Amino acid sequence: MLLEIKDLDISYGDKLTVTGANVELDKGEILSIVGESGSGKTTIIRAAMGCLPGAGHVSKGSITFEGRDMLKNTKEDWRKLSGTEMSMIFQDSGNMINPIRRIGVQFIDYIQAHDSSKSKDQAYKMATAMLTNVRLPNPDNIMNSYPFELSGGMRQRVGIAMAMVFQPKILMADEPTSALDVTTQAQIIRQIIDVRDQFGVAVIIVTHNLGVASYMSDKIMVMKGGRVEESGSRYEVLSNPQTDYTKSLLAAVPVIGGKCYYE
Amino acid sequence: MNNPTSYERTPVVLEINNLTKKFPVDGGKFLTACDNITLRAFEGRTLGIIGESGCGKSTLVRCLLGIQSTTSGEAIFNGKDILKAKGEEKRQNRKLIQMVFQDPNAAFNPKMLVKDILTEPLKNFGMIKNSEVDAKAAELLEMVELPASFKDRYPHSMSGGQRQRLGIARALALEPKIIVCDEATSALDVSVQEKVCELLCKLQKEKNITYLFIAHDLGLVDLMCHQVAVLYLGNVVEWMETGRIGEHCKHPYTKSLMKAVFKVAADEHYKIEPLEGEIPSPLDLPPGCPFASRCEHCTEHCLQNKPVLREIEHGHWVACHLFD
Repeated sequence: MLLEIKDLDISYGDKLTVTGANVELDKGEILSIVGESGSGKTTIIRAAMGCLPGAGHVSKGSITFEGRDMLKNTKEDWRKLSGTEMSMIFQDSGNMINPIRRIGVQFIDYIQAHDSSKSKDQAYKMATAMLTNVRLPNPDNIMNSYPFELSGGMRQRVGIAMAMVFQPKILMADEPTSALDVTTQAQIIRQIIDVRDQFGVAVIIVTHNLGVASYMSDKIMVMKGGRVEESGSRYEVLSNPQTDYTKSLLAAVPVIGGKCYYE
Repeated sequence: MNNPTSYERTPVVLEINNLTKKFPVDGGKFLTACDNITLRAFEGRTLGIIGESGCGKSTLVRCLLGIQSTTSGEAIFNGKDILKAKGEEKRQNRKLIQMVFQDPNAAFNPKMLVKDILTEPLKNFGMIKNSEVDAKAAELLEMVELPASFKDRYPHSMSGGQRQRLGIARALALEPKIIVCDEATSALDVSVQEKVCELLCKLQKEKNITYLFIAHDLGLVDLMCHQVAVLYLGNVVEWMETGRIGEHCKHPYTKSLMKAVFKVAADEHYKIEPLEGEIPSPLDLPPGCPFASRCEHCTEHCLQNKPVLREIEHGHWVACHLFD
């Protein structure tokens, strides 16, 4: 078991936000967390990354990563882990990149911050190799660009390249496609599946697009109001949903050729 | 064509003819956002507008709303070209076309009460007295199936779905003929989206409103829209008066959009096949078909000659040399 979360409660201050969450993730598996906004999807992956904001803290339960108890981690431990063993991509990678510095400078900074033994040249090579890997044409050009010069889809690929450069064991993706249109969304999802196949990285993806969850996942977890409504293999959850909430969620997805709203 | 909701019976409400919008950029060049767009919207019907980011969807509606000037072309509404209107006439035209915005969290002044938000458009046109505000707000809230007691709240105390209903109520306040929904449901969860769409359709039937419905989700467009226009690089490449894109689409671009749609299915093993690459720069438009650079059927002819929209079936126009 790569990552195991047991009976996890997360609170912000005194307010309980997530209760009794259980996650089991093996090497190379893709887990989708679906559910409405405010249901605690992002909170769970933030807890697993050790980056709960402000007063957020784990109030009960355990998080185990490769046999290590993550809740005992010091800040320094987290710093060593994140980026190299587990990493994250965000809804719009453009927001995590400094808008007034070129991609290349930041990418090299990023690599050197996590591995100070790398020289600038080595870091540059690692970066361009990874950018090629995520199908960005002309990586030298990308390294020389400012974030605003790239489209949303290209920025998201840069985000994936940065997250994957140290070949982490877990990749967390927080709504990686909700800001993109259909074509780009499909390209990015295919890219995430690609890096999984190529590097054997386990992926946790938070999404409210059930189509995406259905296409790429091995496991699906449905959340509502801070509780896990349902969790299981992709096939179990989609073909035989147990709770009314999951059923209503599945029924609400617009299907091409389905019954028109205006009829 | 055996369409249950035949479009022919309803009159045209908005006629867009050859609308072109070019933005000047450095070096004397022009960025063509909308290239000769011709479309019609029918009374009480929903016109879906789809296409990738940067294809000119938003520019088109901004031109129609008069937020932006237009380079050339016309938009006939009630026998008048609304793009030519100026001053007070332009201001009065705003009553006819209203808008529901994408992000319900950003669409309202956080310091205004719900009742003031809802009646502000009416006050702008001097159509309401202060003593009537509460009653009118309650009426509008009821219309969008929210409790009338919400009128004394602030938007921050409402959920995303409730706020989007509030956005719809505000758009309804002036009783417009046309409401533009620019990705009005994309910030909502599917279950909430379904309810908002049902509400939109119910209001459409009651009030005979026309929607211009911009969306990325092809599934949603298929279920919501009576007519669909597909835009690529500022051009209308396909125009269906019959909705139901899944069944009818013909243009290679629309078909490849369909291949990028994720389905919710437990055991169906399908592969998504998104288009490679990105939409080309609208700065230097190619002389031929705008889609040529990404089209699998592209020939020498396509690179040189721009296809025009032609009717290939009754009520179905496609701009593609495959159908010449």
